[in-house]
Amino acid sequence: MKIEKIVCGYSGSFLLKEVSFDIEKGLFTGIIGPNGSGKTTLFRGITGDIGLKSGNIYFEGKNLTSFTGKQRARRFAIVTQKIEVANITVEEFVLLGRFPYKKPFQFLETEEDYRLAGKYMKMTGVYKYKDKLFSELSGGEQQLVSIAKALTQEPDILLLDEPTSHLDIAHQVKILNLLQKLNKTFKLTVIMIIHDLNLAGEYCDHIIMLDNGRIHTSGSAKEVLNYKNIEEVYKTPVVTRENPISKKPAIFLISERVLKGKM
Amino acid sequence: MKKRNTIWILIIVFLLLLLIGVVFLALSVGQINFSFAQILDILSKKEGVEYSVLANIRLPRILLSFAVGGALSISGLVLQGIYRNPLVEPYTLGISGGAALGVSFAIVFGLQNMFSGLTLPVFGIIGAIAMIILLYVLSLRKEYLNINKVLLTGVMISFMTSSMIMFIMATTTSENLQSIVFWTMGSLEEPNDLLIYLVFGISLVGLVVIYLFSGHLNALRLGEANARYLGINSRATIKILFVIASILTGVSVSIAGVIGFVGLIIPQLLRYLIGSDFRILIITTYLGGAIFLILSDIVARTIIAPNQLPIGVITGIIGGAIFIIALSKSKQGI
Repeated sequence: MKIEKIVCGYSGSFLLKEVSFDIEKGLFTGIIGPNGSGKTTLFRGITGDIGLKSGNIYFEGKNLTSFTGKQRARRFAIVTQKIEVANITVEEFVLLGRFPYKKPFQFLETEEDYRLAGKYMKMTGVYKYKDKLFSELSGGEQQLVSIAKALTQEPDILLLDEPTSHLDIAHQVKILNLLQKLNKTFKLTVIMIIHDLNLAGEYCDHIIMLDNGRIHTSGSAKEVLNYKNIEEVYKTPVVTRENPISKKPAIFLISERVLKGKM
Repeated sequence: MKKRNTIWILIIVFLLLLLIGVVFLALSVGQINFSFAQILDILSKKEGVEYSVLANIRLPRILLSFAVGGALSISGLVLQGIYRNPLVEPYTLGISGGAALGVSFAIVFGLQNMFSGLTLPVFGIIGAIAMIILLYVLSLRKEYLNINKVLLTGVMISFMTSSMIMFIMATTTSENLQSIVFWTMGSLEEPNDLLIYLVFGISLVGLVVIYLFSGHLNALRLGEANARYLGINSRATIKILFVIASILTGVSVSIAGVIGFVGLIIPQLLRYLIGSDFRILIITTYLGGAIFLILSDIVARTIIAPNQLPIGVITGIIGGAIFIIALSKSKQGI
């Protein structure tokens, strides 16, 4: 997937300024940046929530605008932060992921639809909840169900908007491990917006750091997540060290008191 | 999956049987009561006064109840579906107010005979369409997703039309006043058979078209954006469904007057009973609405016979009571 000089935003307010980057197939990419840096605008630009003022997004050499809605949904699956929906079972929810494959005048699901929904519910570990109501599950479990639905679309690219926000560390790690497994074992391309720099560093092959509507730095975790870049973009003093086990960069914050006492 | 489909078929068969039962009940009671065997006998002979009572008076009325009950219920279901809000109903949007205003105009200006028996329905539909256009221009065109704005605009239109109707009522003769009041309360008595067939046809076409969108409505349960991520043109879908629901409401109100509660209660009740899958919900809501209105009409025309009660009174009382009972029995609310 290639993103070329896209400019988008809301009328009168913030705009993404000519952002370009390539997403290589099979890569796990994280998009980071402070609040208001354009992460969500970028996400919405790619998903089509907001129109592009200029620039293009290409997928496999073709402009994304030439795809129909269903064609698009068979290639891109999108997981949002939270879905509020009442009175729907987990299985029904996951089966909605088969919508892009429905033929005109096809009302009922096929055997294949059920098979795939079952397969991905098992893969994400939510099969045991299949007859429960979606609204009865915890936030982390709902996120896993959303991922199961996205996988049921059998996409090439999985796009996630802060999949771990509001979750405890156990669920954060569970979801990111799952995404990593999907990425490494099934070669699924994953793009996610993420706030947590440590998690981004630990899991992403490629990190894009946004600042004020532009790409500040992009590259591997080691290249992007050093104290210089972070202090420049986040305007916050940090210390970075290597994680002793994973050898990925780890970021530490320092309280103002300690900082003053030290200096 | 097989199990679910079997359950769906059983539910539909049950409702169809119930419908047949209610239709026979409606045929049998009235000023003259017939037994089940008599009805079959009379209908097979196709002659005599009794046949004409059944075929020319009771049957058309049943047909109209069926069409209007079904149409109002699925309108409510669709609006609740696209706005993901269980409290929306066809009348919240001011469409009935427009129809009532059109009819009031026709009565006050003595236009009743302009298109002979068709005058009031014609003015009703003109009023309803005017309100749909107004609502569309004011809010739906650009802010189709802003439910609060669409709803508030609809509620304000309702207030304004009802104030205008009150103004007309306050300044008109008592004879006109009575006509307006009577029309507003709703009646399923419609002398023009052609009109009944027309409403029946529109209602069934509406059902079929809405059913074609059952998959879209299912996906819209996740919200507009998530439905779009599944490949649905949410914007167009919401607008099309809104217009279809409005037309069904407008047509129903123009012919039968303001019959309240059906569009709110029937979808709520069925969602509570059978879940939120629109593929079954659309059919059952339509049948449920049809059955409910035929039953209500039986009550309306027999309870103080030989006089008739306005149908809106009955649907309000029965519907409200059923709803409160269901609400108090359910643990989590509807």
